[in-house]
Amino acid sequence: MTAWLVRRVAASIAIIFAVVTLTFFLMAVAPGEPLLGPDERQVPPEVRAELIRQWGLDQPAPVRYVKYLRQLARGNFGLSFSLHRPVADALAEAIPNTLLLAGAALLIDFLVGLGLGVYQAWRVHRLPDVVLSNVTLFLYSVPTFWLGLILLLVFGEWLGWFPVAGMSDPILCPTVSSFYCVMDRLWHLALPAATLGFVGAAGTARFQRAAMLEISAQDYIRTARAKGASEQRVVLRHQLRNALLSFITLFGLAFPFLLTGSVLIETTFAWPGMGRLATDAILRRDVPLVNAAVLLASTLVVMGSLLADVLLAAVDPRLRVRGTA
Amino acid sequence: MTLHAWFALLVALALAGWTVGTLRRRTARYEPGRRFFRHPTAAWGIGVLAFFVIVAVAAPLVTSYSPIVHNDIINLKNQPPSWSFILGTDVYSRDLWSRVAFGARISLKVGGLGMLVAVTLGTLVGAVAGYYRRWVDAVLMRGVDVGLALPRIFVLLIAIALFDRLGETVLILVIGLTSWFGTSRLVRAEVLSVRERDFVAAARAMGAGPGRVIFRHVLPNAAAPIIVAAALGIGNVLLLEASLSFLGIGVAPPKPSWGSMIADGVPYLATAPWTTLFPGLAIALVVMALNAVGDALREALDPRQEAM
Repeated sequence: MTAWLVRRVAASIAIIFAVVTLTFFLMAVAPGEPLLGPDERQVPPEVRAELIRQWGLDQPAPVRYVKYLRQLARGNFGLSFSLHRPVADALAEAIPNTLLLAGAALLIDFLVGLGLGVYQAWRVHRLPDVVLSNVTLFLYSVPTFWLGLILLLVFGEWLGWFPVAGMSDPILCPTVSSFYCVMDRLWHLALPAATLGFVGAAGTARFQRAAMLEISAQDYIRTARAKGASEQRVVLRHQLRNALLSFITLFGLAFPFLLTGSVLIETTFAWPGMGRLATDAILRRDVPLVNAAVLLASTLVVMGSLLADVLLAAVDPRLRVRGTA
Repeated sequence: MTLHAWFALLVALALAGWTVGTLRRRTARYEPGRRFFRHPTAAWGIGVLAFFVIVAVAAPLVTSYSPIVHNDIINLKNQPPSWSFILGTDVYSRDLWSRVAFGARISLKVGGLGMLVAVTLGTLVGAVAGYYRRWVDAVLMRGVDVGLALPRIFVLLIAIALFDRLGETVLILVIGLTSWFGTSRLVRAEVLSVRERDFVAAARAMGAGPGRVIFRHVLPNAAAPIIVAAALGIGNVLLLEASLSFLGIGVAPPKPSWGSMIADGVPYLATAPWTTLFPGLAIALVVMALNAVGDALREALDPRQEAM
């Protein structure tokens, strides 16, 4: 088990390293120059040449790569070209916002998705299951950003229940400081988190329903019924417990979904998070900020699948035996 | 809309219905065909897909206006749906139905061809890795690990934004090249089990080379999960293209893409919601149909699901 874990962690670090290298050289070979963003076109050529020398962009890519790695090893992400401030500061500001949004969405995703999946499998092929199957198929197929816009239109514009953009009241609550402001933050969070959460929940419910049904055909479920276990006990103790294993795999897969989703949802709802920061950085060719954002994003994805694997091994004795073999 | 556009639209609907009926009758002789149509939403999925394919092919026939010409920017902008503009007009007074119909061409093309690239690559890599095993497998699968860890949306953004505006062909290639990692894992697992079967050993004993064994004997027997994954994957690629166009870096304007149409409508969400609503509904319908067909295909082709 320990040897397996060490191997698995080492592989994860190697993967992240490869992603970092790949992004670095992708950004390096891409034509089109940095420091030529919309607001930098006016800069005279000799100033630009000086800036490029100062940033060290005149050196060949491999030299820059080694320097970049050396800085990275010290925990230094460099300076952002477009924001004119340390990348670490910009990220430190944006990450909590994205974590808040993604965390709330994840909570909705799993609570609603798991509940619906189990309920549908229990009532399979009856009316509630058929209706919910169509609803989840629709939500699963809808573009996240479009659903966000429709919710915005209905609940923000027409009904006026929720604010239409941003993450807090800019005048009364620039920072979280009172109970009122905490509620204000939650109020702003509701629509974007619900959008991302419901789309995710639709996928989770479909997956969970299929997993529950697959298990319901297993021999040990028949055994449980045969020995006289109550229906509730069969569903909750035998079916759900085993279906939770595939649920853990789903947990690992949720990270890439949340990442892509947050890029689009943050744009739709003007939410000042990582996704929007990274998108802007890419469009402005802000190399240091892009590299750092991709590093963080891939770390998140890899950690997600590592966490899922470890959890699976911890929960499922069959895997534990195979892991040590 | 002119009378002949209405007529063509009716013909398109009838043709879609006819396609479903014919397919059902033609496949009824085979067990997988019957199982496919037993799925509650399979027929609807095929019908919706057929309708959108017909509309995409016959876009000039089923519409009465050009998708890019500004009809009358002063008097006809952001008009609600009416008899002359069945889905309304956008801020440039363009007919939304025309744009949805011509947009189907782009969405279906990018979705279909992007997935074709992805499935071809994924199948090749997965088959080679699974068939040769050892170091070939190790090298290829470590590469796939890295590919799966890449934050795909960022990589696509980098590729597209940095290389300036891309043509449709390059867009399809870039999407295809970043979407095959999952498929290759699936194919590898399938090939690993098929290659141990007796008929593969027999083919090898009769002197078939690796190419022949892989393409004639192994892959045809591993086709079912690949087809299912491809059907479900087209929807994902379509959503991805819409997302990229929504972010303003997909298909170049003024060509109508469903994603960029949604983005165009955002500033007028409160005053002209139909400009956002209809292109999104088109995406949702097509992706729903693809997912329904994919689900039905899985039930028809994958015997492991028979228990359900």
